Amino acid sequence: MSAVNPNLPIKDINEVPLAAESYDFHGITEDVARVTETPAPRGWWVMFLIAVSLLGALGLTLAYLFWKGIGAWGNNQPISWAWDITNFVWWVGIGHAGTLISAVLFLFRQKWRTSINRAAEAMTIFAVICALMFPGIHVGRVWLMYYPFPLPNSMGIWPNFKSPLLWDVFAVSTYFTVSLLFWFVGLIPDLATLRDRSKTKIRRMAYGAFALGWRGSNRHWQNYERAYMILAAISTPLVLSVHSVVSFDFATSVIPGWHTTIFPPYFVAGAIFSGFAMVLTLMLVVRVVFKLHGLITLKHIELMNKIILATGSIVGYAYAMEFFVAWYSGNEYERYVFFVSRMKGPYAWAYWSMIICNVLSPQIFWKKSMRTNIPVTFAVSIFVNIGMWFERFVIIATSLHRDFLPSSWGYFHPTPIDVMVYLGSFGLFFTFFLLFIRWLPVIAIAEVKGVLPAADPHAEHYGHDSHDDHDSHEKPADGEATAEA
Amino acid sequence: MASHDHDNEHKASGEKRPVLLLAEFDTPSKIMHAAEKVRDAGFTRWDVHTPFPVHGMDKAMGLSDSKLGWIVAVMAATGFTSAFAMIYYMNVVDYPLIVGGKPPLALPSIAPVAFELTILFSAFGAVFGMFGLNKLPRHHHPVFVSERFERATDDKFFVSIEVDDPKYDEKKTRELLEGAHATHVEVLEEEVV
Repeated sequence: MSAVNPNLPIKDINEVPLAAESYDFHGITEDVARVTETPAPRGWWVMFLIAVSLLGALGLTLAYLFWKGIGAWGNNQPISWAWDITNFVWWVGIGHAGTLISAVLFLFRQKWRTSINRAAEAMTIFAVICALMFPGIHVGRVWLMYYPFPLPNSMGIWPNFKSPLLWDVFAVSTYFTVSLLFWFVGLIPDLATLRDRSKTKIRRMAYGAFALGWRGSNRHWQNYERAYMILAAISTPLVLSVHSVVSFDFATSVIPGWHTTIFPPYFVAGAIFSGFAMVLTLMLVVRVVFKLHGLITLKHIELMNKIILATGSIVGYAYAMEFFVAWYSGNEYERYVFFVSRMKGPYAWAYWSMIICNVLSPQIFWKKSMRTNIPVTFAVSIFVNIGMWFERFVIIATSLHRDFLPSSWGYFHPTPIDVMVYLGSFGLFFTFFLLFIRWLPVIAIAEVKGVLPAADPHAEHYGHDSHDDHDSHEKPADGEATAEA
Repeated sequence: MASHDHDNEHKASGEKRPVLLLAEFDTPSKIMHAAEKVRDAGFTRWDVHTPFPVHGMDKAMGLSDSKLGWIVAVMAATGFTSAFAMIYYMNVVDYPLIVGGKPPLALPSIAPVAFELTILFSAFGAVFGMFGLNKLPRHHHPVFVSERFERATDDKFFVSIEVDDPKYDEKKTRELLEGAHATHVEVLEEEVV
């Protein structure tokens, strides 16, 4: 596709192109499909072996945990939620970036999302799988996990729909299902691309089965685009609702430090913050390992860093507001949690780690040279991942460890089983993620083609006059002349 | 394929008959103009195949708006109603639960689950409604006979016109497409069953 007029609309508004300028349609197909068609680089195998080993260790640890019971963890009274719910909220939070990028940025016409939305959606699905594991095992007797589902049972009792924990079951499982549907719908045209490039019968059958016989029909694209738009429109309130409902688990209970109305927006901002950090961590590695610099450009990284800065500052504001409300309420338990427990109590180390990682580290992104600096971006993304884990740990541990009666005060010490389950969840996540980047198109091929300047049907005679239906019959010759020039 | 009175060659099985005229184009601009010509010539049983949705193609093909929104609206209403009915039956009729001093039917506490099920049903409506309207999955289609069509998901653009279209005439239709700067035009055949 060398025949592209250099006078392209994207230049008119001084925008940096969303893919390297050398890309034509076929180049995008090649670069993305190549990842699934050539043998995996050694780096992939190293990471995959580590991930699968951790996954195996997770399996063994869980087997031991189910055999012994959850006394194998360091959980105690008062800190009964400990690492499990911390990990649950952390993983669910990470899972928010995918849908945010897919849905919210889609509705805002942020076309730069096309290079990262596929991987971010995959990350969402795998992160939610990891998240769902934690409440699942935290119930202790896993064979009774059907209790929260509205199923007829021998006790003749139904779930209590006034409980936020039950809302959580519906919110997170709906979120998982809708994210999976959204991801699959986006994949269909790209699976068809892989099908049509297949050299072996097995590949053709495997990709073809899931491509559902997609043939790029415009009569299909019309309904497809409408479906995509509707999914984006319903996923936007969904993604905001999910972490709000997660925050209700805390906010509706009368525990100092939890019982606040700021929790839903604060949790949602934190979720987006941690999700973008994880997307950056993963994409910075993926673009190097699979040489996708032309599609995941510095421009994308800079834009994501701006979102990290914005959401990080919102989170910082929320931390400050918690202190203000604790002081302003005059409630001595609230004041104790914030001004004593968090600032200088036994968990002060966790609190200040959180502040440094979440509030201070992203501030470096006020400078453009830092936003476009890859090592700095990677370092900050890791800081934010750590900081957001600490945030959830701080919320859970500092509020619980000083109960209303000093006789039930406590401190949480993780056991090796706690540590192994947490590390194992990384094995689960990365096994899925690595298989995804190896076998599925890691970048949305059809969508990126759609944002290329050459995809504009008016591109060939841009600058002449605007294309119109009435004079279209003369136009082709005109456009051709320009194209060949 | 439906009726095909005009061709007189359906005899024993194993024989082939033409089903589609497939024309290949190089750029979004050319396929757009070609679609406009086909539309203006009055064809009804035809389609455009592109590797990505080309902006403005629905108008160029003269398609009416997608009906999907209606399916989703019905599913959304179903989702909300199901959630309300489920909670009402379980927590009010069958086993009234009084928790936290709230009445069995406390509307605010119904909101999260009702909202989630509304979204869930809408999403199913959007995805499976789209499959239904598009008649997917459909793994066998005459266009797949063409080897060149493999690039319809890569970088080429196609117009396919069914031989059964009342306006179809092999020579004239071919000229129409070639006049619209098609780089290649071929007739695709299917075995007569």
